[in-house]
Amino acid sequence: MLLSEMKEGEKGIIVRIAGSGALRRRILEMGMVKGSQIYIEKYAPLKDPLELIVKNYHISLRVEEASQITVEKSE
Amino acid sequence: MTDKKTITIALAGNPNSGKTTIFNNITGSRQKIGNWPGVTVEKKEGLISKFGYDLKIVDLPGTYSLTPYSIEEIVARNFVLEESPDVVIDIIDSSNLERSLYLATQLREIDGKVLFVLNMADVARSHGTKIDAEKLSSLLDVPVIFTVGNKNEGMDDLLKEAIKLAESSPVKKEKRNVKYSKDIESAIVRIGDLIEDKVKDNIHYNFRWTAIKLLEDDKIVKERFALKAGNAGSDIIDEVQSLRKNLLNLYDEDTEIIMTDDRYGFISGIIKEVQTISPKRRVDISRNIDLVLTNKFIGFPIFIFFIWAMFQLTFTVGAYPMDLIDNGVNLLSSGFERFLPESIFKDLLVNGIIAGVGSVIIFLPNILILFFCIALFEDTGYMARAAFLMDKIMHLIGLHGKSFIPMLMGFGCNVPAIMAARTLESEKDRILTILITPFMSCSAKLPVYIVLAGTFFAAKAGNVIFSLYLLGIILSIISGRLFRLTLLKGADAPFVMELPPYRVPMLKSLTIHMWDRSKMFLKKMGKIILVGSIIVWFLSSFPRNINYSEDYTSILNNINESFKEKFISADENEKILLNEQKLAAIAGIENKMNSEKIEKSFMGKIGKGLSPVFKPLGIDWRGSVSLLTGVFAKEIVVSTLGVLYSTEKSNDKAALANALRSSGMTPLSALSMMVFVLLYLPCLATITTIKKETGSFKWTFFSITYSTVIAWMMSFCLYQGGKLLGFA
Repeated sequence: MLLSEMKEGEKGIIVRIAGSGALRRRILEMGMVKGSQIYIEKYAPLKDPLELIVKNYHISLRVEEASQITVEKSE
Repeated sequence: MTDKKTITIALAGNPNSGKTTIFNNITGSRQKIGNWPGVTVEKKEGLISKFGYDLKIVDLPGTYSLTPYSIEEIVARNFVLEESPDVVIDIIDSSNLERSLYLATQLREIDGKVLFVLNMADVARSHGTKIDAEKLSSLLDVPVIFTVGNKNEGMDDLLKEAIKLAESSPVKKEKRNVKYSKDIESAIVRIGDLIEDKVKDNIHYNFRWTAIKLLEDDKIVKERFALKAGNAGSDIIDEVQSLRKNLLNLYDEDTEIIMTDDRYGFISGIIKEVQTISPKRRVDISRNIDLVLTNKFIGFPIFIFFIWAMFQLTFTVGAYPMDLIDNGVNLLSSGFERFLPESIFKDLLVNGIIAGVGSVIIFLPNILILFFCIALFEDTGYMARAAFLMDKIMHLIGLHGKSFIPMLMGFGCNVPAIMAARTLESEKDRILTILITPFMSCSAKLPVYIVLAGTFFAAKAGNVIFSLYLLGIILSIISGRLFRLTLLKGADAPFVMELPPYRVPMLKSLTIHMWDRSKMFLKKMGKIILVGSIIVWFLSSFPRNINYSEDYTSILNNINESFKEKFISADENEKILLNEQKLAAIAGIENKMNSEKIEKSFMGKIGKGLSPVFKPLGIDWRGSVSLLTGVFAKEIVVSTLGVLYSTEKSNDKAALANALRSSGMTPLSALSMMVFVLLYLPCLATITTIKKETGSFKWTFFSITYSTVIAWMMSFCLYQGGKLLGFA
């Protein structure tokens, strides 16, 4: 499923990062690489952007950007 | 003269790694803030003498990587490559070792002398993370030391180690670097060998590093390489392209992506060896704070409260010191007025320089307070949350969540507002924000609205003024979208942003932030404003020998004489009455004289010359002269109107209102003029700030032209449309 479809409090593992250029590069460099565990901390009050925890720190990205990332939900 | 050796030390690190705190600790107030050449990224340097050396400390922009995707990264990389600092200190947030090592491994690849600093290890330890520094040091063959930036611990060790490293013999070739996947590794070796064989003498950087960058299709390195390596170079680039193609077929993924993966793979290997995380579940205060501050229901109200408080502090509390400064400036100018002999020099000093520079210095309290608040937001980590909350809304205009603060501050004053755009990381976002912020109706325009709307719309004045503010907002949104689609094309910068843990701000760092930016404002603005005010003064007070239509001097003398006679035969009460009459008569004549003086000055002539341009907007020559003087500062529009329109006491608002009404101005033309005031070119101080912050005459000129053209068009449509519809 897509990262943008996940709900608050759900966990997952990154399977694939699509998209191109600066955005993809940025995502990778921030440590969101294939196999990284992620935790959806929350969505902003207006439902966009969202906040997630990767490698023990907090990152926010837009829903639009999160839809480039495929994840596998885990428990 | 000093015979001490100078060592250049660059500080690199992720944003929020505590880099700035360490920089402030080391350099204290001996900092120099400027811009990196050609870009608007802030450059900070500090020069100190310690342990028998002169140390030049350069604070590189905070980055996560050294790829050329953002200006900050390019700036940081260029500095390390081109200026070859003696030592690069990489500041690592101990709580975020894994991500920090990504930048660290890239710094290692460049092949300079690198020193790792594990900062805030105490926080990491309290969260259950322990780092084996010795092992890290031996694994990567880099000296590693500990510091606690916010407690000022380890700074001397850091400098001693840096000096030791700088004085050590050049780095050994054998050291542990990232090992990439087999096929990539062999491609790197192949390209590296080619470079060494064919173009060795033209390439100064590490060959392996150049090979890696070429394989990553790094545009900047490629261009530079092509430029320097000539024909042999283009053969190598062809070879790189075919290797990339092969690798793409092999992995079904761009080479640079595989290499990023490999780096993280290498890093996770190191992490396993040096970092132990005890299972103790951390109590995360930061997360709890966030539960409140970015809460679904109360997040926005709290945000609005903070912004409101900042606004109040900046403009309401700031008004008190502003008054003091204003009084001081007035005192100074009236002092000179009284004690200097009448001369052109005195006029220049009082009405040009003091008035002009005074009009800028008056913003200082605003700027100090605003930057203190912004520094507070940034240092505590709240700024990132503000962006998080506002991004959805700002994204509609094609902007980043952080643009909200500068735009909002624009309602107060555009000068600090445009300076607040510095908090935006992407240059495109910054320029876009700077271009649309002047449409936010600043507080100096309010007096103009109050006079005009109050005169012509009476009870509806409030609604009219509100509509003007709204019009400004709508136009800024439309312009924002328009620019995003045309001039500043391209998707807005990725929002991917770290939400750093909340931290208790340090007073020292807050004051340094606040003072540095304010100092810069005063220094740079002072110069341009000085020149600007001299020009404006010249235009409004020359030519000197005006042929007045009447001999005002003798009229004034006559008045004096006639009242003198009347005084002789008057009793006490009559005298008071007579005195009033006399003053009124003198003021009337003086005002007439001033009005004629302005009319016949260069400024007045230009205004009159421009009046055909303003005629279709329903603005007469007096209006156009006022608008012209408003470039100096918007509130001056009112005082010029006062001088030009009223023939009696110019300070009296009721008199001005009567004069405006009897001058043939209609509600429609008043509205047209207000719209023009709302939108036309910003005041001199703002223009200067735009130049300063965009670093470009092109954008400054564009901003001036765009706003003025829009102003003219809007007023034109309004006035002509209104006339067609029968309002007049």
